[in-house]
Amino acid sequence: MIISVASGKGGTGKTLVATSLALSLGNTCRVQLLDCDVEEPNDHLFIRPVITDRETVCIPVPKVDYNRCTFCGDCARICAYKAIAVVPKSVLVFDQLCHGCGACSYLCPEKAITEEGHEIGVVESGRANGIAFVQGRLTVGEAMATPVIRQVKTKIDHAATAILDVSPGTSCPVVEAVRDSDYCLLVTEPTPFGLHDLELAVLTVKQLGIPCGVIVNRAVPGEDMVQSYCSRENIPVMLEIPLDRDIARLYSNGQTLAEGMPQWQDRFKDVYTSITGAVHERSRCT
Amino acid sequence: MKEVVVLSGKGGTGKTSITGCFAVLARNKVLADCDVDAADLHLLLNPEARRTEEFWSGQSACIDENICNGCGLCEEICRFDAIRNLKVDPTACEGCGFCSRICPVEAISMLNNLAGHWYISDTKYGSLVHARLGIAQENSGKLVALVRQQARQLAEAAQHTSIITDGPPGIGCPVISSLSGADLALLVTEPTVSGIHDLERVIGVCRHFQVPATVCVNKYDINEEKASEIKQYCTNNGIQVAGEIPFDTSVNQAVTLGLPLVEYNDGPASRAVKQLWNNLEKFFQ
Repeated sequence: MIISVASGKGGTGKTLVATSLALSLGNTCRVQLLDCDVEEPNDHLFIRPVITDRETVCIPVPKVDYNRCTFCGDCARICAYKAIAVVPKSVLVFDQLCHGCGACSYLCPEKAITEEGHEIGVVESGRANGIAFVQGRLTVGEAMATPVIRQVKTKIDHAATAILDVSPGTSCPVVEAVRDSDYCLLVTEPTPFGLHDLELAVLTVKQLGIPCGVIVNRAVPGEDMVQSYCSRENIPVMLEIPLDRDIARLYSNGQTLAEGMPQWQDRFKDVYTSITGAVHERSRCT
Repeated sequence: MKEVVVLSGKGGTGKTSITGCFAVLARNKVLADCDVDAADLHLLLNPEARRTEEFWSGQSACIDENICNGCGLCEEICRFDAIRNLKVDPTACEGCGFCSRICPVEAISMLNNLAGHWYISDTKYGSLVHARLGIAQENSGKLVALVRQQARQLAEAAQHTSIITDGPPGIGCPVISSLSGADLALLVTEPTVSGIHDLERVIGVCRHFQVPATVCVNKYDINEEKASEIKQYCTNNGIQVAGEIPFDTSVNQAVTLGLPLVEYNDGPASRAVKQLWNNLEKFFQ
């Protein structure tokens, strides 16, 4: 089963939830934690894994064989991303704009284009506290996160409970990470910012056809705007984590809730039970 | 004219709350919200749109079932896994057009995407350029570039001295698009292990694109040890710390009321943001 942890707004506690959920389940079932926030991966700071495997992520970019190229300009016209410009006697390739679709090399009438790997990041795998761990890391200065996320997701162990930590926002990196999940946990906070971005995140996961539930972090008694929204939209609130200086301090020092306050483990196990219930219910209905 | 962009790497460190205060404190400026897929600045500035435009960007493949002969070539060549069982998943399609070009029976056409909207709005504090990316759309980097271009045109026409931009989290495409060519990046961080880790990466992006950076440590008193670690890191790397803001519950109270903090009260965080702005203002002169 694949559970993704997303949020819309940044800094609401995705990492806190993903790491503590993974660690809480670690001694009861086979768990894999995958950090898909490849722009700013943070899970490793909290679970301190031993990395045993590292592979680079490359996207195939065009390489021109000048012995064959006739400078006809077809490749530049074909490229939807304006990553190729043909000038007299030269073909300029802008690696940062290339999506690696392969159209130019396939369609070049002179077969003058081959592809070479342009490195944009790494995927690292290892273990920590009995759970399998994978993370992607986009190289600083590179723009495209989605190929790194795709490569992280090739490591999903389908026999395990895979927990995916997703980047903030609602655009392509989020869609790429959340796609194919069985369930999406949306972590938010009870502020107008948190609620506004939660609404966008809910629309995104609904568009992907993925069931979701909400975790309210930094909950304050009386501030129930998120709970009201969820009951209107028929979205379950799976857990509330209070606004608490001790929890904030644990987090600031790189400690998980599951380890720093073990009493939380049972609550995360309950969240997992509710998720499995919802997923099974859904598969029975379809 | 100078353009300052507020970034952070890590999300939720306080970019929008701080930008909202700058909206009040700065004179002769245009405001821009470049966090186009989770824009929040409008919740503080209460804008009234005077211009609304559609943002058409990119394309999606569309297979005509009546023409398709089911050969499966499109599925085979698509590198984005966007065609499954001869159906296009528009959220996965990156609009390269490869499938449409090689389909032997010409069953695939490329349709333009309505990828979002952008707005020029009036606020109590001046003009705001902002946008809303469509749900599950891509090309946020292009929309960011458009927002910045519009902000620049407005600022030039009105002979304003500055553009203040609220940026997105992360270090990828929309961040690069918000940052490249700006005059200064204000990096808002928090004293946590993730705050520090993400700050280091976003400093790397500023270096890569040769934009000078300065740092603000928000909620510095949540963990003073980590806060001094950040300041030490900045000193070692020749980066100025332009401000430190204490944890203050009135920050959330102001957000809940939809007000910039400096309009809400003159508490400790509010005073610290004013001091931060004074330090940045020197840069505009």
